[in-house]
Amino acid sequence: MNTGIPLSYFLVLAAIMFFVGVYGFLTRRNLITILMSVELILNSVNINFLAFNRFLFPHKLEGLFFSLFVIAVAASEAAVAIAIIINIYRRFTTINVEDVDVMKY
Amino acid sequence: MIDFSYTIWIPLIPFLIFILLGLAGHKLKPRLSGLIGTSGLALVTVLSYITAWLYFFPGEKVGGAYQKIISSNITWLQLTDKLHIDLGVLLDPISVMMLIVISTVSFMVHIYSLGYMKEEKGFERFFAFLSLFTFSMLGLVVATNIFQMYIFWELVGVSSYILIGFYYEKPSAVRASKKAFIVTRFADLGFLIGILILSFNTKTFDFITLTDPTGPAIAQGSGITFMGLSVMTWSMIFVYMGGVGKSAMFPFHIWLPDAMEGPTPVSALIHAATMVVAGVYLVARMFPIYVFSAPVALEVVAYVGAFSSLFAAVIACTQTDIKRVLAYSTMSQIGYMMFALGVSGYGGHDGLGYMASMFHLFTHAMFKALLFLAAGAIIHAAHSNFMTDMGGLRKYLPITHITFLVACLTIAGIPPFSGFFSKDEILAAAFHHNKFLFAVEYAVAGITAFYMFRLYFNIFWGEETQYHHTPHEAPAVMTIPLIVLAIGAAVSGFIPFNQLVTSDGKVFESEIEWAVAIPSVLIALLGITIAFVLYSKKTSIPDRLAATFKYAYKWSYNKFYIDEIYLFVTKKIIFRYISEPVAWFDRHIVDGTMNSIAFITQVVSFKIRGFQSGQLQKYAFVFISGIVLLAILFIYLR
Repeated sequence: MNTGIPLSYFLVLAAIMFFVGVYGFLTRRNLITILMSVELILNSVNINFLAFNRFLFPHKLEGLFFSLFVIAVAASEAAVAIAIIINIYRRFTTINVEDVDVMKY
Repeated sequence: MIDFSYTIWIPLIPFLIFILLGLAGHKLKPRLSGLIGTSGLALVTVLSYITAWLYFFPGEKVGGAYQKIISSNITWLQLTDKLHIDLGVLLDPISVMMLIVISTVSFMVHIYSLGYMKEEKGFERFFAFLSLFTFSMLGLVVATNIFQMYIFWELVGVSSYILIGFYYEKPSAVRASKKAFIVTRFADLGFLIGILILSFNTKTFDFITLTDPTGPAIAQGSGITFMGLSVMTWSMIFVYMGGVGKSAMFPFHIWLPDAMEGPTPVSALIHAATMVVAGVYLVARMFPIYVFSAPVALEVVAYVGAFSSLFAAVIACTQTDIKRVLAYSTMSQIGYMMFALGVSGYGGHDGLGYMASMFHLFTHAMFKALLFLAAGAIIHAAHSNFMTDMGGLRKYLPITHITFLVACLTIAGIPPFSGFFSKDEILAAAFHHNKFLFAVEYAVAGITAFYMFRLYFNIFWGEETQYHHTPHEAPAVMTIPLIVLAIGAAVSGFIPFNQLVTSDGKVFESEIEWAVAIPSVLIALLGITIAFVLYSKKTSIPDRLAATFKYAYKWSYNKFYIDEIYLFVTKKIIFRYISEPVAWFDRHIVDGTMNSIAFITQVVSFKIRGFQSGQLQKYAFVFISGIVLLAILFIYLR
């Protein structure tokens, strides 16, 4: 089952997505954007799962199931994270992560 | 067989009273708590006399000897299968005699204190501690084994400490109590070492086994030697060290004169009649071991006793505080008792010194308690401790005067008072054993008569001083004990001790040896005469004598500077060259190490606490950097 696109393309795409996510996670100050960066990281991993499943074990489905599993977890995580963010907003009236720093010495 | 099991109550009653008065005393009226203590002691006295009667008269003798009876015993501490520490009651001639002495004197002191301590702060506390002391002392004398004796030995030390410091607001009393405790405690270290050596070699604590003349303990003694003396000798010397401390023998006598800071009834009970003779009792209790396996230690006992008696008698001649004169006199008389034990043999007429020592202990308890109680009455009347503030008191204190005179005649050894008999026996025993020591003790007898009558004439005769208030006789509650004890002191010489308290429990014949007795009475009379000439009227002779023998007088007046020597050794040498470096090491090295560890931790934690910034993304950055670093590391280290 050859689609003509080589494996390295998928891997490069996933790596770019991953580091974009990491960069966003470290530099964005808005909690929602940070959450989106986390989703990017998760999805880059999903691409890796699917690509390796496709190229290494074409007749098996572990990678596929794993990525489905990650999507489900990501969805519930997003729900929890947004609930937390709403609570933070109610408490601090901001979702800027730099202002939420009461947990310090 | 007579059932003596009730004797356990003799020490227990004072203990229960101590607990009662100690816990609930402040809620009772002072007078009531005093009465509770006194009536409890009355009961103890009655029980003691019944015990003595039953023991000596209907009691069975085996082979003509009084038996040692253990009337009750419990195992308190099981160390190994064979070695265990018991608590119990042992009845033998000396312990029964001590029961009589302690209960009588303690009872008299209780009655006397009802009057003497009236209106004092802490009246019920005083009675509680008197009961504690009585309990400990009774427990000591009935001890069935040497370890029980040691326990009660320390208890009497503690109660003595508490009672010397009874006026704890007075700094001098606090100092005196500390001094007494530390000095005796130091000596007790020797006692403990002696017990350990002894029990290690004989595998027992039990007195009956230890002091059986044919038993294994005595046979084992001479086996091992250390530095030329057998281990038994060493252990007995160490045990004797405890006795030296408690009985205020030279060189551990320094606490006794200072102990006079305590209330006078306490001085009478503890520091004259009972606790200070514990050392004598200890040697008497271990006597067969001393005789059969540690004769060198017995020589030590004799020489220390003789030297202490001479030393204290010389000091007593120049002191002006009447209680201190009596304290040195006590030390001198206890020296007599120790000396008598030291020159004694075992069994029959050889044991004359042993019998004489116990006899003198008995008579001394009576007359010395009497002297102290009378001194208390005098101090009450004259409001001073110093004989220089007194004089001509015989008109104001007739009863005290007569009883004091009886006591002085007794201690001087004038017949027919009891001191004559007991002192004569001691001198007779010494005469047969060691002529040199006999000469020393003979001189001490004269000096004793001199200083006691110096005291007597200075207080009751001499020039009448101006008193702030006219002195008046003490109330009946104080004079009755004086009279009772005076009768005791006068007649107790007729008790046939040679039939009751002997080294082997058997009766032996002893008669007054007139060859010894007549010279000793003569020297006593000489001493009294000198005192009469010097002090019965105010003359300038004593001052001129003091000026002539300036240095001798000064040395005696300053107690031969023994206190100063102790202070020099402790403060200048031990404190400066041992304690101070140790304290420095502790403060700077031990504490310093701990403190610097804490300090470094604190400084470092202040420096690094900025990492905990609360900034989520800084944490994440560090975390990811760490992962990247690890990843690089793993890739390149493969």
